[in-house]
Amino acid sequence: MTVSKSVLVIGGSSDIGHATALRYAERSWQVALAARDTITAQRNADDIKARTGNDVAVHALDILETDRLAAFVDDLPALPDTVISVVGELGDQARAERDIAHAAMVMRTNFEAPSLLLGLFANAFAARGSGTIVGVSSVAGDRGRGSNYVYGAAKAGFSQFLSGLRNRMALTGKVRVVTVKPGFVRTRMTAHLKLPAPLTVTPARVAADIYAAAEESPRDVIYVGRRFWLVMTIIGLIPEALFKRLKL
Amino acid sequence: MSDLAGWGNYPRIPTEQLVPARAEAIAPLLAGRSGLVARGQGRAYGDAAVGMATTLTSSRLNRMRRFDPASGELTVEAGVTIADILATYVPRGFFLKVVPGTKFVSIGGAIAADVHGKNHHRDGGFGDHVIALRLMLPNGEIVTCSRHANAELFHATVGGMGLTGIIVEATLVLMPIETGWLVQETHVAEDLDAAMAALERTAAHTYSVAWIDCLARGRALGRSLIYAADHASAADKDRFAPARDAFPPQRRAGPSMPAFMPSFVLNPLAVRGFNALYFRRGARQALTPQLVHWDPYFFPLDTIGHWNRIYGPRGFLQHQCVIPAANARRVLAEILDRVARRGSASFLAVLKQLGDSHGLMSFPLRGYTLAMDFPIQDSLFGFLDELDAIVTAAGGRLYLAKDARQSRATFAAGYAGLDGLRDIRRCIGATDKLVSHLSARLGI
Repeated sequence: MTVSKSVLVIGGSSDIGHATALRYAERSWQVALAARDTITAQRNADDIKARTGNDVAVHALDILETDRLAAFVDDLPALPDTVISVVGELGDQARAERDIAHAAMVMRTNFEAPSLLLGLFANAFAARGSGTIVGVSSVAGDRGRGSNYVYGAAKAGFSQFLSGLRNRMALTGKVRVVTVKPGFVRTRMTAHLKLPAPLTVTPARVAADIYAAAEESPRDVIYVGRRFWLVMTIIGLIPEALFKRLKL
Repeated sequence: MSDLAGWGNYPRIPTEQLVPARAEAIAPLLAGRSGLVARGQGRAYGDAAVGMATTLTSSRLNRMRRFDPASGELTVEAGVTIADILATYVPRGFFLKVVPGTKFVSIGGAIAADVHGKNHHRDGGFGDHVIALRLMLPNGEIVTCSRHANAELFHATVGGMGLTGIIVEATLVLMPIETGWLVQETHVAEDLDAAMAALERTAAHTYSVAWIDCLARGRALGRSLIYAADHASAADKDRFAPARDAFPPQRRAGPSMPAFMPSFVLNPLAVRGFNALYFRRGARQALTPQLVHWDPYFFPLDTIGHWNRIYGPRGFLQHQCVIPAANARRVLAEILDRVARRGSASFLAVLKQLGDSHGLMSFPLRGYTLAMDFPIQDSLFGFLDELDAIVTAAGGRLYLAKDARQSRATFAAGYAGLDGLRDIRRCIGATDKLVSHLSARLGI
């Protein structure tokens, strides 16, 4: 009998968290969700159980309470084989420009807190000698744009943290770090935005790409949708002197 | 405010659209608003799911709650679709007891319209397999309704077109299947008598339906292909296709209609040609049983995304009536004769037997239902009024999920439950609160 592997999804109340957890459960992984909003996370857990027949655990976690993160990792019933952070907060750019507390919350939610938590898992995985860490960042972190640079800067920081962590882990052995950069995804976070249909993907698509990159054909950094990789490559090539004058 | 229409793209009406993320988010939206109605996937053809002021779309109430494989009982949020349920549970060996002609409908919508399938004559409507539902009343309170608790409300909500509250959750029964395949037989009927006889003869099969060539006239009036089918047993599947998967996954989506077709595409000559080819192809398969995948069997049109666009930007109307069995032969002949003489292009015409229904406002009654699509032209409305007069005189009625234009008189003549529904609406405070363009048009 094979013992099934386990995955912990941080941000389990979100639509991408739900879709990702479902993807793993469909492939017979033991799934746990961590979220601040445990009611919504439990709704997702119930859905996954109804669909797959597999029980899904829910852990309460307020990721912004960073002094409790170490205890959260220590208190888990078992260290998972894979940990995935889909934590994110788009915030409101205009508000972040005048409200320092809002800007700080966006930065902490997208960069500080998930980086610290995944750093703790990296240490625990390194001590065990195995594990896969997946951080869902964003294409918004590839270049700062006037319309959402507070969010983008935080995601950029998170992407760089994952890059450095991957480098450190690769030199010591068995722990893998995967960076996932979705573009536009139709979720609760973006429900109020008008998104360009050809570039917009479903949470299920993000989930499928995460599973493939983490568990099937290992990759270090993925863009969800090749079209977005192309778009971001072009955006990255625009000289700053020109870029700063564009409305993006 | 943005324009919203049903599947027929007629009428298009401005409405505020809200997409609550969870059932708990609905009550605050109800407070301080009136003229709302819930909408699922927008597959009602006319104005049933466009709110007078506000339309509450259920697309994000898409989580399943629990499933018991021993009893087959499945509880889902109202925005879960039939497509989602079948994609999830066919591989586990379960099927819904009743499915309509498209899988892209929400469970809330399927209950509100008490949709029927090709097995209505045997197994009843969608609502007959709903054990319980959770309904948010206009005051924001959520009540559980079933045949035992709040039975009157349950009875009015099945087929009640969303006018008794917002369905937020439902418990259904799934049935076990041995395979995801069907064994289908095709019968050829050269005229209406033969078609009706074939439907009666094949009524012992789980599913039976006739595709009818509305352009055939004279002695060929009512010529049809009758499809009868049953779920394939494991032995059937092994006999026909031993190498195939017993529970095949849903088919991948095919091409989508990229834009509205110009109206000349659907000219009578083209439809006549299509129908002739379709009839000949069907006749070739006659009486040779075939093994058919569940997805194309039940949902042939779903493989073409946005097929409604073939009728052009003005949209189309579907006229679906039911005629009590006693008058059916004569009345159907008269309707078909008028349609054939008008020569208007309807290549999707379906004839089938229906049994009794149990919702206060459910469409089916024991007899025959005929559904025909017509591209919108100025002359169409008067023509359909004439058909309505024939239907009403025969004791029949029109399907509200397809309706965009029937008169109040036609409606009131067909639906004896109307006064009862109005009473319940008054009683729960829904009269001004829950109003769709359909309910306002028909004075519900």
